[in-house]
Order: sequence, then structure tokens, then C-alpha cells
Amino acid sequence: MQPLILSALATANPVGLGLPALAEALVNGRSGLRYNDFERADLDTWIGRVDGLEDEPVATALAEFDCRNNRLAQLGLHQDGFVSAVADARRRYGEHRVAVLIGTSTSGIFETELGYQARDPVDGSLPPTLRLRFSHNILSVAEFVRRTLGLRGPTVAVSTACSSSAKVFASAERYIRSGLCDAAVVGGVDSLCLTTLHGFSSLQLTSSQPCRPFDAARSGISIGEAAGFALLEKSGAGDVMLMGYGESSDAYHMSSPHPEGEGALLAMREALQRAQLAPVDLDYINLHGTATPANDRTEERAVLRLFGDHAQTAPCSSTKGWTGHTLGAAGMIEAIVCALCLRLGLIPGTLNTVTVDPEFRARIVLTPEQRPLRHALSNSFGFGGSNCSLVFGRAS
Amino acid sequence: MNGVLRFCVCGVGVRAPGVTNWPGAQSVLRAETGYRFEPMVKPNPDMLPAAERRRSSESVRLAIEVAQQAVSAAGVDPARLASVFAASDSDGRIIHDICEALAQQERHVSPTAFHNSVHNAPAGYWSIATGCHAASTSLSAYDLSFAAGLIEAATQVVADERDVLLVACDLPLPPPLHALRPIDQPFAAAFVLVPAPGRPDMPAWELTIAPPHASQADTSDAPECLRNNPAARSWPLLVSLARGPAGAALVRFAYFDNQTLVLKRTS
Repeated sequence: MQPLILSALATANPVGLGLPALAEALVNGRSGLRYNDFERADLDTWIGRVDGLEDEPVATALAEFDCRNNRLAQLGLHQDGFVSAVADARRRYGEHRVAVLIGTSTSGIFETELGYQARDPVDGSLPPTLRLRFSHNILSVAEFVRRTLGLRGPTVAVSTACSSSAKVFASAERYIRSGLCDAAVVGGVDSLCLTTLHGFSSLQLTSSQPCRPFDAARSGISIGEAAGFALLEKSGAGDVMLMGYGESSDAYHMSSPHPEGEGALLAMREALQRAQLAPVDLDYINLHGTATPANDRTEERAVLRLFGDHAQTAPCSSTKGWTGHTLGAAGMIEAIVCALCLRLGLIPGTLNTVTVDPEFRARIVLTPEQRPLRHALSNSFGFGGSNCSLVFGRAS
Repeated sequence: MNGVLRFCVCGVGVRAPGVTNWPGAQSVLRAETGYRFEPMVKPNPDMLPAAERRRSSESVRLAIEVAQQAVSAAGVDPARLASVFAASDSDGRIIHDICEALAQQERHVSPTAFHNSVHNAPAGYWSIATGCHAASTSLSAYDLSFAAGLIEAATQVVADERDVLLVACDLPLPPPLHALRPIDQPFAAAFVLVPAPGRPDMPAWELTIAPPHASQADTSDAPECLRNNPAARSWPLLVSLARGPAGAALVRFAYFDNQTLVLKRTS
């Protein structure tokens, strides 16, 4: 495919606000995880939380959209000069020619959860202040981004669990290639809520320690929250480009990955095919690497199959130890990690991991390495067996 | 490619109160008989293995019912078909049960309810039912979800020259959510979209997005009782397809900011 330039990036995530904070944390091994202090803090687990959301409502003009998820989106949008970069694109292309595609798994469900704690004791009704359309509904965050940026191009919220904000790159590329728009703002925003904390806990997938991807003693995920955005254009200034994407379905189980990593393998293969690259062209793989026993085992299996079972794989790592698993935002946050790594010539390690599972033969990197990188692949896999892989490269 | 998305429709499925399937919907859609409300025949799609059928939610079964109708009518192999699932909200019953559990002192969320709560649950069950490893996208655009789904599916058909299944499905949310998002009746429709030119017997369409106020959304709305269901916004397309060459050559859907999604029939 014709590569697309990532002409602007922005993020707010548990390690801090903006790209410099994320780059510094990756280099120095500074984690954004903390012991659970969210809401009633009734689960023994670690989380990646973004500070300050409680005190920073959304802009007055968009007050009806106020909820934790949109506050996080707003905080992310206002980092890294993103708003002015988009304003520039809007002037160049026209407001109707810039699309908005945002991935989220739970959008503003947290406010509904709070509403259920405050139901009318007589008739059971929810508080009248709760407005599902502007908080809980999946579109809410995409509409909020669209309105904040003053865009009027095609707009959609993609919600495929933990692959959501990887898949927006794929849809955006198709929108641009088919001529529906000239540029696209893609993003991922997911915020802490009780549904995911207690839901993953009920599946015994949350760890009581900071997550340790690919460790022999890994024991589950640390849930995080984050917002990330990218501006995609056919040409323009930018040192990183989207070169390929691959999407697949496991067709296996709603909440367990395919044991042979079948869907993961198909997604990586398609991404390389679109990028016209071979596995050996990859200088780094940012793994989905959630730190659940099953995910890491099957993902490692898929990577080995991609490279041929006996071949040495590209350096692989999971950056979930920095941010936690930011669910619907993970694809975008890890796309930004890949962009930073390509820019800095950095292969991040796998934070918190001490001993790689002896069963694994892929090259899992534990401590950061510095070297020029040309191509990086990022994996995102979600419930329902929804897989998406992205290939990024340095723009020449 | 210039923003005109060309595709053909080769298979349709529909289920709603008073509408059991595509052949059965013909006379109502052609206005040969009046619409008569009857409680919806509960979907029980046999493509979904019995174990999955038990575990799945009502929205999953309804989405798969119409998907099954559409792929059967199209005669395409569902195991190779990319798919797009458009729904305004995730399954309301599941969301209600989870939020209710989370409001208790002991917060016990059912693991099955949790994995059924994801917006892409219908897509997940569909891929398991059909053994399909192809790409699948689940999306929302609130009341405009069908239009957004049509755009996503059409761009896949055009950009990657592949067949795509589009499913639009929304169900009423139970109280107390219903008061905040009134959807009164369930509605689901599915379409198999294939690259143009398809076979001569397949209606071909051109999709464009018209600027604000340049065009008006269609008034051939769904029956009153179905009208507040976002998936029922597919009604004008169903009407045109049922009427064949005699049907409307232009089908228009409301889109963001007074824009209109325009489908022009070319054969």
C-alpha cells in the first residue's frame, strides 16, 4: 500500500502527558503503574491511572460531553501541539475532508456505573444528569474529538475491545484511499471503569502485582487508561509512516486466544504483505504482551510461526509494564511507542519482567537497546478474537 | 478513487417485529400490504452452535440471524467473508446486569456477562459460528450507526475489492436505561456487499456523502413503532431493494451536521 505519514501525534497516559514524557519513561524504565487507588479501590491489583482527570472538566462549549473518558480525550488532544497541527490540516484540506476515527472499548460507561449507585430509591430511575448519548455511548468520544477539533469529515467510533484503536488505522487508510477524505485523525481513548476492572478480575486475568509480560511467573494484566491520537496524511512532514495493517478473527473463543495464535499470525502476515516487507525486515516487534499466561504463550507461538519455527525472531518486547493494558487505547498508545522507537533508534525492554518464560524461543528483550530502526510491527488483540497488526517505518 | 464508492448488493436479511425474513418482508416493503405489528419472532439461528447459543446474548442471536439470512441468500461462503457490525449501543441487558452488580457492596460480575458486554460480541460469535478468520469491524455512530456501517463496508469493498457482510442491529435497552435511550423495538438487517460490477441481476449502487443541506434524507421511513431504532434507518434501502428497478433510484440517509449519505442506483 501507499504509506501514510503520521504528521502529528499526541498522548496522555499513565507515565505522563505528551510524547517527551513517554520517551523519557521508555529510556529510563520508569513505570506509570501504581497500586489500585481507583474509586473504592476494592481489588487487589495494579493500575495505570492518569492523574488530574477528576479536576479537569471538558471545555464549557462541550459541557454536555463531560465524563472521565472525554476528559482523558481532551487531555490527550491538548498535548504535543496536536490541536494546531490538525487546525493546519483543516485549513489545507477543508473541514469536511478530514475524518475522525476513534477506538474505545467502554467509552464513558463509568458515569453509568456511578448512576446505578445513585438510582432513585422509589422508582429505580437513573439520575437525570446522566446523558448516555454524551458519555456512555460508544460514539461519544469520537463526536467529542470531532467537535473539539472542529472537523466535519466522516466520523465513527470503532469498538472491537482491545484491538479498537489499532483498527482505526486500517479503516482510515481505506477512507483515504477510496477518496472519502484527504486526511484522518485516528485515536484511542479508554478510561478506568468498574466494568473492566471487575470484569477482568472475574476472569482471573488481573494480577496482584505490576504486570510482567512474558515472565515465567507472569500472573495477569494491570489495567490502564490512556488517550492517544495521530494525524494521517498522504504526504507531508513527519518522520514515521504507516506502511501496512492486517486484520483477522480468531474464530475460536470469546475471551481466550487461539492456542496456535492463528488469528495473530494472519494479522501479522497481512500487515507485512501490505507493507511489502518480509519478517526479516522487521527491526522491532511491540507485542500485545498483556502478561496473561494464555496471551503471551499464543502470541509468542504466532511470532515463531511468522519467522519460521527455527528462525531467530526480531527483537520483541511488551510495553504494558509502563502503561498497563489500556484496552481500547492500547493499539494507539503502542503505535505511538513504535513511532518514538523508530525516531529514537530505541528497542524498549519489557519492564517488570525478570525471567523470560523458559518455554519461549522468540527474542524477548528485557533491557533497552539503542540502534537505528527502519521498521516496527505492533500487535493488538481483543476479546471476540479480534486481531490487528500495524507496520510502521521511518519516512525517508 | 474519488469518494464515489461503487458496490452491488447480493443478499439481504431482516428481522423485526412483524418482519421475519427478507422474502416475508417483500409485500410490506413494496407497500402491497400494510405493516402489522407483531411481537418479534425470537431469533434462534442454527449456524450458532448450541453451546454458543446458550452463552450468547439476545443481540448476538439477532445479529447472527440476519447475517445467516443474508449469506444464505447471497450464496457466498461465510468463512471467507469480511464483516462490519454496526450498532448504536452494546447489549443493553448485559450492560444493565453488570452495572447493577457493580452497584452492590459485593461486586460480582459474571465472566460470561463481561465477555458478552463488548461491542464486538456479535462479531466474535459470528466468526466462531462460521469459522471465519477474515477481518471484522464493529462500530457505532449513535443514531447514524447504519450510515457509518455502510461507509465502512463500502470502503472495504472498494479499497480491497472484497465481499463484505454488513449487519446493523439494535435492541431496546431495559429500564432504567430505556428512559435515557428510548429504543422501543428490536431491528436488524444484513446485506452482502460485493464489488461492482456484480452479476447483471444484482442492483449496483454508488455511495457519496453530500454536503450539508445539499440533499434531504429520505422520508420512506420505517413504520412508526420501529422508527426510534437506529438499525431501522436501513429501511429506505430495504424498500428500494424490494421494489427492484421500479424502486427509488436515490436512497438518502441522514449523516453528521446535515450532511447526507446518498446511494444512487446505477442498475
